[in-house]
Amino acid sequence: MFTGASPSLPRFGLRFLFGVVWDPVHGIFGVAPEILGTLVTSGIALLISVPLSIGAAIFLSEHAPAWLRDPVGYVIELLAAVPSVVFGFWGLAVLVPLMQGSVDPWLQSAFGWSPLLGGPNGGGRNILTASVVLAVMVTPTISAVTRESLAAVPRDQREAALSLGATRWEATRLAVLRYARTGIFGGIILGLGRALGETMAVTMTIGNKNAFSGSLISPGQTMSSLIANEFTEATGKLYVSALVEIGLVLLLVTLLVNIVARLLVWRVVRGGAVAGGA
Amino acid sequence: MASPTVRRAFNWVAVALTCACVVVILIPLASILYTAIVLGGSVLSLHFLTAGPPAACTIPSGVGCPVGGIGPLIGGTLALVGLASALAVPIGVLTGIFTSEYGGRGLGRAVSFFTDVMTGLPSIVIGVFVYGLFVLYYPRIVFSAITGSIALAIIMIPIVARTSEESLRAVPHSVREAALGLGIPKYRGILRVVLPSALPAVATGALLAVMRAGGEAAPLLLTAFGNRLGFVGLDQPVGSLPPTIYEFGTSGASNWLADAWGASLILIILMLGISIVARLVLRNRFRAFGGG
Repeated sequence: MFTGASPSLPRFGLRFLFGVVWDPVHGIFGVAPEILGTLVTSGIALLISVPLSIGAAIFLSEHAPAWLRDPVGYVIELLAAVPSVVFGFWGLAVLVPLMQGSVDPWLQSAFGWSPLLGGPNGGGRNILTASVVLAVMVTPTISAVTRESLAAVPRDQREAALSLGATRWEATRLAVLRYARTGIFGGIILGLGRALGETMAVTMTIGNKNAFSGSLISPGQTMSSLIANEFTEATGKLYVSALVEIGLVLLLVTLLVNIVARLLVWRVVRGGAVAGGA
Repeated sequence: MASPTVRRAFNWVAVALTCACVVVILIPLASILYTAIVLGGSVLSLHFLTAGPPAACTIPSGVGCPVGGIGPLIGGTLALVGLASALAVPIGVLTGIFTSEYGGRGLGRAVSFFTDVMTGLPSIVIGVFVYGLFVLYYPRIVFSAITGSIALAIIMIPIVARTSEESLRAVPHSVREAALGLGIPKYRGILRVVLPSALPAVATGALLAVMRAGGEAAPLLLTAFGNRLGFVGLDQPVGSLPPTIYEFGTSGASNWLADAWGASLILIILMLGISIVARLVLRNRFRAFGGG
């Protein structure tokens, strides 16, 4: 991939990462808006998904009756079996009209004064919509890893807290979550890795505009959606190699994120298994 | 500290909130299934499963539009996934055997750590990688069944490797020792005794990888590309289901939109089916060995 990007790597250098203009016609390639788009969509997706996934995992492993645990946990994980292009199509057909018809106008009238939620809403295809689809997609990952981490917490930990007179929730908060936090954090980073690289679902819902206006209800672009959108139309060595270079940036970022995530998850799940002699 | 009543109330609020999280998470899944069944179910027929894609038609109601199907695209997906499996399953299983039986704590752990990391790499990056490789050395077949199936194989290998490793690890040590005790060499013990007893679980892992690859669209946009004819030759572009869902789903043509839902429904049924079968097999398997 380094060789594939070789025409554009030395030509633009760091300007590639910080440039805001993407103009294939004039051979100017800067991907700062796309990098921002990737970070913002993934960030919002995590903001939505993390509380929900952890809450669901806590309910399933701490509060739910035993017969409910596995079936419901499994149904949540079924979300991971849905192909990403189907998520995108669902986002386009169901979520986009919903956002356009009710959520975006409401946000605009309530918070339109702030640059974050003002401006034209791009007909429902915008950064916020893409973030919501991403949130749905990373939820099974985060909740599955959280459930595993909670299951790795020793029983004594809960019983000790309960025997001190803690309520079930207090035991969870003080004794269980604290113990499992490394693994849960690993799961969140794993979800982040998935969100950063997700292509089809984002491409279909984000509006595909090569700019980052600062407003969440404006169309935007991510690194992966830019590749998917323009690769087949790219003409000329420099254009193609610029797209390959985006792929290279994405590869390095997700590689780093995944290594961190796996280290955290391994420490909890595997380390626990070894110490427990299982 | 707050009074017991307040604390108990807090407890119930927490239970209610976490339970609400489960419900909220299940809404999108229900919505996806509902939409796919309602919109996709209406186009399903034998004709839909066998005929070629229709010409685009922009009559909003869809009345009078040409009716086609996705037959060749199903064939294209089967061809791509089949070729990819032929590459990925042997490599993946051998990697799994290495990490579980030979790797030891140093190299074996490092290899399985990086296979884990690889499962998290975005599929589009793998598509760009395969594209970049072929455009440099074999530009004539950049858009072909070969590159498409190589990209899918790269996605599948880490999944096959990790599930094979886990399934082999679940085989009790006594089985290996029994084989060694009969005086046969280690590699034959692995091939004839350990691997067969883990086979259902290994096969299930391969099935999970097939599931993942069968739903991928992003890398295929840069490799197998697409056509309306499905698989027409190793060195030719291949039309398959997921990229077609993207193409038809983002088009304005009413009959294409309906067909995209039909194709989505078929993909969902296949994926969920594989996932449920895998779940049942793996659970029974690991239970039979007294928990993985």
